[in-house]
This record gives sequence, structure tokens and C-alpha cells, in this order.
Amino acid sequence: MDVKTADFRQRARAALAQPTLQRSLQGMRRAMPALRSAALAALPDHAALRDRARESRDHALAHLGHYLVAFESRVRAAGGEVHWARTGAEAGAIVAGLCERAGARRVIKSKSMVTEEIGLNATLAARGLQVTETDLGEYIIQLRGESPSHILAPALHVSLAEVGAAFERHHRRSRTAPLTEAGAMLVEAREELRAVFRAADVGITGANFLVAETGAAVLVTNEGNADLVASLPATHIVVTGIEKVVATLDDLGVLLRLLARSAIGEPLSSYTTLVHGPRRATEAAGPAAFHVVLVDDGRSALLGTPRQEILRCIRCSACLNHCPVYTAVGGHAYGSVYSGPMGAVLAPAIDGLATTAQLPAASTLCGRCEAVCPVAIPLPRLLRDWRGEALRAGFTTPAWRRSLRLWQWLAAHPVLYRFVLGLAAGGLRLVSVPARRGERRIRRLPLVARGWFAVRDLPAPEGGSFQARWRARQP
Amino acid sequence: MSESPPVVALLVTCLVDLFRPSVATAAVRLLERRGFRVEVPSQTCCGQPNRSGGDDDGARRLARRLIASFAPYARVVAPSASCVATVHDYPALFPPGSDDHAAAVALAARTVELTAFLGEQGPDPGRAAVAGPLIAAWHDGCTGLRRLGLDRQPRELLGRVAGLELRDLPGREECCGFGGAFCVEYPEISAQAADHKLDEALATGAQLLLGADLGCLLHLQGRAQRRGLPLDTAHIAEVLAAAIADDGHGREDG
Repeated sequence: MDVKTADFRQRARAALAQPTLQRSLQGMRRAMPALRSAALAALPDHAALRDRARESRDHALAHLGHYLVAFESRVRAAGGEVHWARTGAEAGAIVAGLCERAGARRVIKSKSMVTEEIGLNATLAARGLQVTETDLGEYIIQLRGESPSHILAPALHVSLAEVGAAFERHHRRSRTAPLTEAGAMLVEAREELRAVFRAADVGITGANFLVAETGAAVLVTNEGNADLVASLPATHIVVTGIEKVVATLDDLGVLLRLLARSAIGEPLSSYTTLVHGPRRATEAAGPAAFHVVLVDDGRSALLGTPRQEILRCIRCSACLNHCPVYTAVGGHAYGSVYSGPMGAVLAPAIDGLATTAQLPAASTLCGRCEAVCPVAIPLPRLLRDWRGEALRAGFTTPAWRRSLRLWQWLAAHPVLYRFVLGLAAGGLRLVSVPARRGERRIRRLPLVARGWFAVRDLPAPEGGSFQARWRARQP
Repeated sequence: MSESPPVVALLVTCLVDLFRPSVATAAVRLLERRGFRVEVPSQTCCGQPNRSGGDDDGARRLARRLIASFAPYARVVAPSASCVATVHDYPALFPPGSDDHAAAVALAARTVELTAFLGEQGPDPGRAAVAGPLIAAWHDGCTGLRRLGLDRQPRELLGRVAGLELRDLPGREECCGFGGAFCVEYPEISAQAADHKLDEALATGAQLLLGADLGCLLHLQGRAQRRGLPLDTAHIAEVLAAAIADDGHGREDG
């Protein structure tokens, strides 16, 4: 994984200047909230369902060890194997070892954020394996050598013309006309991928949920590619985070009713598949070997802390789609595979705060993410917690630390505070220039608040503080 | 009347104190009109910048000061949703069971945002009018809308002002991009959000953008000024107080 989170600011600026990305983001910003709220409004007693979803996630996390072990024993009973990975590197080594055991040369994958998180494709490629992504969006960004810019719509930043160009470059076909039609692109991707599906030795999927009660790994997709990845090759490997486990099928039902509605405004996704172990004697098809790799990668360190609540996340992406920061800059600006509010909370846990401290800072704390979260994660509070941690650990700029200290000190000295306020009110008035309708504004100040004046004027103070006026008025 | 009028304390808020004393003057006028005597104890900042910045130690110190300043008052009213939400969040700064915690819980329960407080008092008995027709768009501040549940209160107050037509913004749940220090740290992102808001306001035909938080309003007005847009901004208290003044007998009604 390519983590360069430290220059969020620079990449955000670049993202704001990319017309294709901006068109996609603005389209999403306008369309998604209405789709989501209409889908949820049609659900009887959405608030109660949300409470149940939250409770079911909290319950599973409170007894995480118990449910993971229960899940493991069900998978084993069904003839599968479960592997535990403390770190991303360990997970990569386990998967590579399983591929070797299978004598694999060709690996196919369906979309999985955990495998992005642990940089699995690079690990496998380094062992000489040929890895192909089969989710259309993932396939496109793999051809372009990019990482996902949205946890659900990984190629959100790519224009149709750019998809056509990527296909023309990578698909070896004779052409009479350039590839411009979306339909033609789909047909071409389907044809290319069909051959890849047939030739694959190992299929790797993520899992949206693991069900402890039955040992099911749950795959939620819209393209059906995950079902082929899970059933065509002789070996199926599920790679997922330890927090994905739920206790029962009932819990799964509650979460599934909220997932697609929150994500895309649909009652369900096109395919919801529950996978249980390898092919049974009575079954005509399916993999001979079935593995689940459970990845910790920083998650268990959150258990028992106030940050445990982020582990409830079911990756619906509603918080991205409703975020004023995400919808302005897109996912790549975050420099972490997870973006938006959930990413800004999760990335410091996975990658460490030293390289990610800018992410929790880059939020207005507007709270819309928490309002739309299907499992009610208090994202603004968690972002603020990380800010505190960054401040205490010295990962913020000295200037920022100084301004917080100075403000606190000034506000703790009322006489001085009033004096400075009065001075500022008068001084700013003095340097102001006329604006429309008798208002006054300040165009620029030397040295201070450069970020403010970079994009806006400052409406001038009326002159003199209210408290001074009030005291002058009192008998 | 023989009874002395009930007292409310005004939490002025820093931005109003520094930039728009007229908002506090207007708040005093609105409260007096409803029969309250307003007191303004010596005060500084509620600590919101420190709390939002993760500096809980600094926030705690300022919270203790503010709790002490407003200890004598049964009701505390502020013309800012985000400052009120900061006070409502004070209990989280202190360990449950401590004296500080008890005092924080008590102050949180006594502190109300201005439009919510005016709404609690029932409909204004007097007439309110502006020299209209004036078309205004309402900006729902995020903290007001989502943390304090301010939705119908400001709309009802403005709905009673003759000559004023209030229009909703299609993206009313969207943040305007202010976010305190955020707007200085990430100016380009902040400006994009402001532009969505300003463009929507202009598209409704509004001449005036109204809100209940001066932070949002200074940011939006400053951006409108930089872009040279024909849109003014005002705090709801200013419009409501001016509407009373316009009817010529507001003071006597109180």
C-alpha cells in the first residue's frame, strides 16, 4: 500500500483541480443523499432497525473472541481452514503460502478493501503470481495502476474516455474504431475476464460479514463476479478483517436491510451469497479447498477503547457520500485506502498517527456522517479524539499548538481578553475598505490567517466589543 | 406590574462580541420584549476552539471559568448553536461524580440557544414586519440542526415577520464549509462548500442569507464579498429585532 497521507493538503488541492473527478464527485453529492433517504424512508421503523443494527455489532465486538472461535469451528466442521494474521504482512505471507500450496500461477479476485489495505496484489505479484481483479471498477484501476478512490466505487475518478483508453492499451484486439461506448466496453471487459475466470487456480474474495452461528462468509456484490471467483477455481481464499463477524443469521438480516439502502439506495444488492466451506460430496461444483484469513492489522488494539466504535463500520460508504470534504477531494487525497470520515478514523489505527494526523484534522465536524451512519458510529467524536491524540503526541504543527495555547491563555484572563478584543475590533475596522450596501470588508492582512484570506474577504467588525458597549450603557 | 421580571443571562459568544455586537443588542431586545431582564456577566470564550482541536485540558479550564461566570443564573441564552452545543457537552470533560461534573450538567440544562428559547415562550404577541418584500434563504447550521434539533423554531419565528418570504435551500443538510479552524487550514475545500451554499441561495432568488451562527455567516459573507455576489447575510436575531422596531410599538408591547 502506498501511504503518503502526510501531504493530504497538496493532494486535496490537486484533486480540486481535476475536472473528471469533480464531475463524478459533484454528481454523487447531488444524487446519493436523495437515493439513500428515499430508500430508508420506505423502510418501516428505520430508527428501530438502526438501533438493532448497532446493538448487533456492539454485541459481536464485545464478545469478539468468542464469535471468531465459533466461526472458526463451523468453518473447520465444513472442511475449511481458518488462518489468523496479526499484521497485513502476515496475512500476505499466509495467502502467498496458500497459493503456493495450491500450485497456483493465476489468481482472480473480487473487490476487497482488506486486500487493498494489506497490499495483497503487490505481495502476490512479487511471488510471480498473475493477479486479476474481476470487479469492473477494480479491473479498470488495476489496468491503470491506481488504488480505489471510493470504498464502493473504486473507479469513481475515471472518465468513460479514460476507461476506453485503458482497454485499448491492454486488450489485444484488432480494432476498426476507437472504443467510446460504455456498452461496448462492458462487453469487452466481460469477454476478457471470462477467459481469466476459466483459467484461474485460486479465487480471492473479501467478506462483508462472517456469521458465527453458521460459519458463513457473506459476499455482497452487484456484478456477480464474486460468485464466480468463489466457485470456479479449485481454491477459494476469503481475506477479511476480524471485526466482520456477527453472531447470528438474524443479525445478518438486520445489517443487510440497511447496507444496500445506505450505500446505493437499493433494498438489496444484486447478489448476496453465503459461502460455507469447500464443495461437498453431493455438490457438482465449487472449490476443493476453502480458506478464511482473519486479519487484525491494528483492529484488536481498538477494543476496549473509546475508538472501538469504528469497528462497527459495515463499509456502506454513506459517510463518504455525505461528507463535504470527501465530496470535494475524493478518496486519493486521503492517501489511505479508506477515505472519508470512516477512513479518517480508521487510517490512524491501521497506519499510525504519525503519517495520518492530517486526516482527522481535515473535517468540519458537521456531523452528517454520524447522522447517516447505519450503525450510528459517533464519527465526529472519534475524529476529535484523534485530534487530541495528535496534539499530545506532537504530530500537529507548532503554530497550531501555539494558537490553541494562546487562545486558552487569553480567554483565561478576562481583562486582557477584553482589551485585545477591543483592539482587534478597532484595528480591523481601521484597515477595512467599503463593500456593497454600506458594509465594510478586509481584503488581506499581513502574516495572519492566510488561509482565511486565500479564498474570502473578512467582513469588518462594527468596532468596539459588545461587552464594552454593555458596560458603558449600564448605570 | 409588581413582580420583578425574570432574569436571563446572555452568553454573548466571542464572534458576536468582536464582529457583530449588534447581534447581541438584538438578542437583548428580543428577550426584553418577551418580558425578561437581561444580564451580561463578564465572560470570555466557551472553549469551543480548544475542544474541537482536541485540547481537552484547555477546554476544561475555560469550561470551569464559564460555569462559574454563569452560576447565578437560572437561564442562559446564546445567539449561537455551536457555543450552546459546546456548553451542552461540558459534562463529558469532567469525571462523573465530581463537583465539576455536577456543575457542568446543571449549566448544560440551563443553557439554551436563542431561537429555541424564543420558541419556548410561545408566539410573539406583537406585530413584526420588515419593509418588504424581502426574500431570504435560511441556512441550517450543522450544530443547530443535528445536535440541537433547531429546525422549525427559526422558521416559525421568521414566518411571523410580515414582508419577509423565507426560502429553504435544497442542500440544507450540507455543511457550509466553515468548521472553525478548518476554514483557515483547508481554504479551498471550505470555499467549495461555501460556493455550493451561496449558489443555491442565489438560485432561490434570495437577497439575504440568514442563519443562527455567526461563524458560518462571516465565512459565507466573506466568500460572497470575495466573489462579488449580490447576497447579504444577517443573523436571525438582527432581522427579528429590526422587524419589531419597524412596527413602531415593539417596546411598549414588552
